[in-house]
Amino acid sequence: MEYGLKPLGREKLWLWLMLVPTIIGLAFGTIGSLLATLTLSFFDWDLIGAPTWAGFSNYVQLFQNESYMEAFSNTLKFSAMYVPGVVIISLLLAVLLNRKIRGVGIFRTIYFLPTVTSAVATALVWNMIYGRDTGILNFMLESVGLSPICWLCTNNAMLSVVIVNVWGAIGEGMIIFLAGLTAIPRDYYEAAELDGASGFQQFLRVTIPLVTPSIFFQTLIAAINAFQAYDYIYMLTRRSGGDSSVPVAVFSIYRNAFHFFRMGDASAQAIQLALLVAAFMGVMFWWERRYVVYE
Amino acid sequence: MTKSLQKTVLDTLAYLVLGIGALTMLLPFVWMISVSFREPAQQYSRNLIPDPIVFQNYADLFRVLPNNAFLALVFNSFKISILTVIGQVLTCAMAAFVFAVVKFKGRNLLFALLLATMMIPPQVSLIPNFIIFKYMHLIGTQWPLILPAFWGGAFGTFLLRQYFLTIPRDLVDAARMDGASLFDIFWRIYLPLSKPAVAALAIFVFKDAWNDLLHPLVYLPTDMQQTTLTVGLAFFQQQLQLGGKFTVLMAGAFLSILPLLIIFFIAQKQFIEGIALSGVKR
Repeated sequence: MEYGLKPLGREKLWLWLMLVPTIIGLAFGTIGSLLATLTLSFFDWDLIGAPTWAGFSNYVQLFQNESYMEAFSNTLKFSAMYVPGVVIISLLLAVLLNRKIRGVGIFRTIYFLPTVTSAVATALVWNMIYGRDTGILNFMLESVGLSPICWLCTNNAMLSVVIVNVWGAIGEGMIIFLAGLTAIPRDYYEAAELDGASGFQQFLRVTIPLVTPSIFFQTLIAAINAFQAYDYIYMLTRRSGGDSSVPVAVFSIYRNAFHFFRMGDASAQAIQLALLVAAFMGVMFWWERRYVVYE
Repeated sequence: MTKSLQKTVLDTLAYLVLGIGALTMLLPFVWMISVSFREPAQQYSRNLIPDPIVFQNYADLFRVLPNNAFLALVFNSFKISILTVIGQVLTCAMAAFVFAVVKFKGRNLLFALLLATMMIPPQVSLIPNFIIFKYMHLIGTQWPLILPAFWGGAFGTFLLRQYFLTIPRDLVDAARMDGASLFDIFWRIYLPLSKPAVAALAIFVFKDAWNDLLHPLVYLPTDMQQTTLTVGLAFFQQQLQLGGKFTVLMAGAFLSILPLLIIFFIAQKQFIEGIALSGVKR
């Protein structure tokens, strides 16, 4: 066992006292609640009467429940657009900023702003910007001769929501890529140049392989965020009565649990979301072993 | 093309792309501020600079909502966020110290278990936690938002532990010679020496608590006296008193992001380095 301070006498008690909050958190917050949600998913319960055993019926019903299947497929569609969007754009920005040009600090600050500010506040402005007749975006389109778009109507809402979410996430991705890029030793580029590699070849053969750990990490983070995306989507697509025009998985969990008080259904949906995250991580770690280059 | 010409061309291209991108990033913020200084009748105007510039919308926030509701929202947000920061920093630092410095049976197992919880989506905890707080009769109060901050967490514990590991062991040995207790070493050596990491964690936690939408929505009544500024803002539009005025709404939105903007501009380094750190040394 590595170096460690030995607790003396009564300090053993102190040691565990300092861990008490963490252990409570494990018991009630994370591991305990995972087990509790798993248990609840096998019952029907409205929080008022006694829970009744439901077996696997909550899981079977998930696949017959049209509104949940819509929410789940929306989450997948959203992720399929959001994850590549965030990874590619933030990598591109980081490569540009890594050119050692002036004003890097200012650009970094500007791109990072949405990460700091609340999705609720910025979504309210996006709502105005996306306005069909009054929004600034359609005004810009019209002024270059294009026809206006109903950004938040059912056909386009998904794309509009992805744009806002990507806008909100590229700052953080850029910082992670920038850290990965600055860690690449200059010698590698000098050696490549001596061998006559062009700038683009250097990017393909030196930068991309050496930045794969960051690509891996950023893809993982972006996907986890995508599966759990809620704030912007709720704010941009909510309709009267608490409904949404682009319901996603988290929205469905929230609504089943706290509007309809179907605790069993909501728990089964939460477990399915957790399984999706776990499955994705499994695939990613398999991919990591095959393709990610660590020095 | 010569080497230097090629560099100039590429640099110009980089500036062009970064510049257009930066304008896109800024547009929503600029628009928010612009609308917030307009007369309500001009809320849909396409002019960037308001004419005339009015401060009435900011005054309206404090005047039009009944019972000083806007002040209550601001107070609630500060109260919940600050208590969350205290809870997280304290409990995560204690656990991080024990995991980084003290030798005891089961240390590695417990730490691995804690790290594994990072993979559990927070939505999974929401339902059982709601049920527990319901049986404690705490739904509708701010306790369900504050109490969980005092039960540690994988992210904060991991972040601080990584920093604690960089503090030289000689300091601990020297303090031990002088008869310092475990808690003394934590309180008088590790915490004071870890200010940058503690600051980074505090900022992250404050940001997340301040911007949180889902948890206040679940636990708090949507009544303007009880809820947070972020959630209050989400329901501003439905407030009859504001009559759907975007100018007032934007003034509220800007005030709601102002504290974080100020913190960000003061502590930008900690913020950005904290993110970079979590990305590189996972």
